[in-house]
Amino acid sequence: MSLSASAFESLEMKEVGRRFGGRDALVDLNLTIRAGEFIALLGPSGCGKSTALNCLAGLIPLTHGEILIDGKRIDLLPSEKRDFGMVFQNYALFPHLTVQKNIAFGLQMRNLPKAEIGRRVTEGLALVKLEEHARKLPGQLSGGQQQRVAIARAVVLEPRLVLMDEPLSNLDAKLRLEMRAEIRRLHQSLGLTTVYVTHDQEEALSLADRLVVLREGRVQQIGTPEELHNNPVNWHVADFMGYRNLIDVEVESVSGNLARVTGGGLSLNATLVQPAITGDTVRLAIRPSDLLVTSSATSTDGNKTFDALVNVVEYHGREFSVGVTTTMGHNLFVQAEVAPVPGEKVTLSVDPARALLYHSELEAMSSEQRELAEVRG
Amino acid sequence: MSNTTLTRPAPVTGPSKTAKAGSRLPPGERSLVASPGTWFVWAGIAAFFIFLFGIVLSVLVDSLGKPWFNTWLPENFTTSWYQQAWTRFNLTHIMGVTLLVAFSVVIISVVIGVPAAYVLARGSFPGKNVVMLLFLLPILIPPITYGIPLATVMYNFGLGRTILAVILVNLVPSVPFVIITMTPFIEQINPAIENAARMCGANMRRVFTKILAPLLIPGILAASILVLVRTVGMFDLTFLVSGPNSDTLVVAIYRAMTAAGGGESRQLISAMGVLYTAMMLIILIIALRFINPTQLVAQVKEARED
Amino acid sequence: MTATTLTSSRAKSSASLSHRLAERGISARLLLLVPALVFAIGLFVYPFLYGLGLTFQPLPATQAQWGGGLFANYLAFFRDAFTFDSVWITMRLALPVALFNVLISIPIAFKLRNKFRGKRTLQALLVLPITLGTVLTAQGLLIFAGRQGWLNRFLIDSGIIDQPLQLVNNYLGVMFSLIISGFPFAYLLISSYLSGIDPSLEAAARTLGANWKQRFLRVTLPLLAPGIATTFILTFVLAFSVFPSARLVGDASGETRVLALMAYRSFGEQLDYAMASTIAIMMGMVELIVVAIVLLGRSLLYKGSTGGKG
Repeated sequence: MSLSASAFESLEMKEVGRRFGGRDALVDLNLTIRAGEFIALLGPSGCGKSTALNCLAGLIPLTHGEILIDGKRIDLLPSEKRDFGMVFQNYALFPHLTVQKNIAFGLQMRNLPKAEIGRRVTEGLALVKLEEHARKLPGQLSGGQQQRVAIARAVVLEPRLVLMDEPLSNLDAKLRLEMRAEIRRLHQSLGLTTVYVTHDQEEALSLADRLVVLREGRVQQIGTPEELHNNPVNWHVADFMGYRNLIDVEVESVSGNLARVTGGGLSLNATLVQPAITGDTVRLAIRPSDLLVTSSATSTDGNKTFDALVNVVEYHGREFSVGVTTTMGHNLFVQAEVAPVPGEKVTLSVDPARALLYHSELEAMSSEQRELAEVRG
Repeated sequence: MSNTTLTRPAPVTGPSKTAKAGSRLPPGERSLVASPGTWFVWAGIAAFFIFLFGIVLSVLVDSLGKPWFNTWLPENFTTSWYQQAWTRFNLTHIMGVTLLVAFSVVIISVVIGVPAAYVLARGSFPGKNVVMLLFLLPILIPPITYGIPLATVMYNFGLGRTILAVILVNLVPSVPFVIITMTPFIEQINPAIENAARMCGANMRRVFTKILAPLLIPGILAASILVLVRTVGMFDLTFLVSGPNSDTLVVAIYRAMTAAGGGESRQLISAMGVLYTAMMLIILIIALRFINPTQLVAQVKEARED
Repeated sequence: MTATTLTSSRAKSSASLSHRLAERGISARLLLLVPALVFAIGLFVYPFLYGLGLTFQPLPATQAQWGGGLFANYLAFFRDAFTFDSVWITMRLALPVALFNVLISIPIAFKLRNKFRGKRTLQALLVLPITLGTVLTAQGLLIFAGRQGWLNRFLIDSGIIDQPLQLVNNYLGVMFSLIISGFPFAYLLISSYLSGIDPSLEAAARTLGANWKQRFLRVTLPLLAPGIATTFILTFVLAFSVFPSARLVGDASGETRVLALMAYRSFGEQLDYAMASTIAIMMGMVELIVVAIVLLGRSLLYKGSTGGKG
């Protein structure tokens, strides 16, 4: 299978929403996917990501909005006519069919000639390296192997869109990393447009061209991994992107987009991502790797420093994950290259550009923000 | 990686043709009113219910009418049939026997069956398959096949026509039933729970009374209700060993229907029938207030929402 | 050197006897099984074997009539047309009814699979006949479907027929009775097997382009097949054992002279316990043969798991 010519230019989800049982499972999802892109839908459970995927697949109906491919509506089509491939979380392999027959199923539904089906199945098996398991039943395969069969079954059709519903969540950690590389390799060589649902931000960051972060049915941010990682748009996205240090602080003074904040045992300059005025309570978000241990007296680059007491030191091979407590009893996480001793006092500083300030309450993205995300994306 | 590019199917442009009858449904929802197959199914269900309600209603009306031969409805309505039936067939005694038999069977089969189910659910031991087969057979074999030899033995032991014999014969299908329904129920209780209790210092008896029993109660109650209903309704086995003093209600009705001389008056029988149904319904209603029979049946989740 | 080899051969297992037994599953826990085993052997195995033994002790009258010494009962069973015909009579009733009940349950179980308003009520009503029982159903049929009953009245009054239909006291009566009591049972079983099939399998088939018919034939039916076979077996056993209905709404001396009735006749009326046991056991045999055929067919066609909690 070569890099096939894409069957569409763009897939557009317009104001897609689903209301079920009195609850909004998904609200106002606006997303334009370009051919060949790898999109990750990311969020905690219940955030609506699986709902969005199932709506795309046609397995559940929309209560609001449209889905269009190159301008033509497809949300009224039943799943069997959409020409999307789907990989399910529990693989959903047909237990009564061999690996070969599982992979051949979709091709048979298309009434392709037998020789053609045989050829493509062989290619599919080679693609996921399961040639010698062709005649086995799914019950005889391991989790990782079943997963690969599920993937082969979906991609062998060369669908115009591949949907993946948390395919790696049932695998153990090592296998997950291997399969992640597999999926990346497949995407690079086949170039199939993919929508991938996961709750694991590391997975999403490593696989996706663009991410969509969801929370309680609403889009929080759409962007490339770099954008989300460096410029999260609210504290929820920041939290999800690994900004483990979240402290509620008070704004003492504002100048431009910088603010002086105090709270939780520290006082420093930080960047306002969302606007605020003096006296506001805002949330400070800092990545563990941005909190730097300095020698006490001097503050590098004139940044403010603050003191903390070391609690726990975890060894992570190349660096250490250090848990500290501030003078006000607030717990923080620092990534350090040299291990301090538990009980020791350390001095920490942070570059104001990497200390981000957000509103404490989340609100829905305004329409301007949405359009901005669209354009940027 | 070969270099062939394959033709793909032409993209579908309009709405699909699968939704018939002019109803255009969003994907994922299937209409209840569409294909001829659905009409067939609803017609079949309707026919079934016509017969069912017809039967029940006929018996009910018959029991209240006096007389009823050539007309749509009886000429007069009366409850005298009930009083007549009650005294004529000594229904107090018969009801008593029925309930005694039924509850005895339930209690004995639970006491015997649940421990056996526990052993079968938890362990494997040499001969386990044979034992399982042994408990499966009474359910697969028609009651007459083992009932007649069993009844012969009962008579040989002088137990013919006694209540004890009725209880004993009804045990034969009931104990395996309890075992077969409780075994998977126990299997789905995580065995690690028992281990956890043992690590906390509980001995076998305590594990059973404090941990297992409370978890088993819903299943036991559900199985008990099914055994109760089956025993009250059991005809074949009881008929073989019962006599005038030990008939259950079902057998009494049968005897009345087949009595020499063309059977007892039809309306008397209908009255008895209504009483029987009433008794059954009361048992079920009381029971269903306390238990949920679907506890015994596994369900697969349907939700696609997340 | 010899000392060590001696000790090594003696040290095959240093575990105590009770541990070794426990490894194989034998422990005090097995005692819990004893009451059930006593019950099974005392009330099932022993009487059955006793009955079996009885079949080889024919009454002198039987021996005189049919010869064959010990096997006189069996000879009588096969040679006496009155008795042997009842095998065919019972089969003629049980097989079609069982097939009908199972086949009808399948589309109904499918249609009632999705949630809709009133589903619970409908299901409760469908299960109602199980509480009615065969005797009640028989009485009801006699009244409802009798010559003067509402069914015939309706058909005559609306001009569909001229003469009342003979729907009871014949084959039809028993057939109706068996369907009314057998269908809910078959439906319950098939319905629960159906719900045991993982729904994501059908979703997967849909995303692979399978339409309704293809999904049914290629995915659902193969996975349901074992359940259908089991349901058929159980429904057939129920129908084959028909007893009171054959007498109450059937024609006990003619069309519906089923095996159960014949066995009872020997037992309760003729007091020929040996012959009664013979008929009873032969009845079990015939049924076992049918069950074996179905199971054989099922194992030939069936591969793999049911893909769920089925």
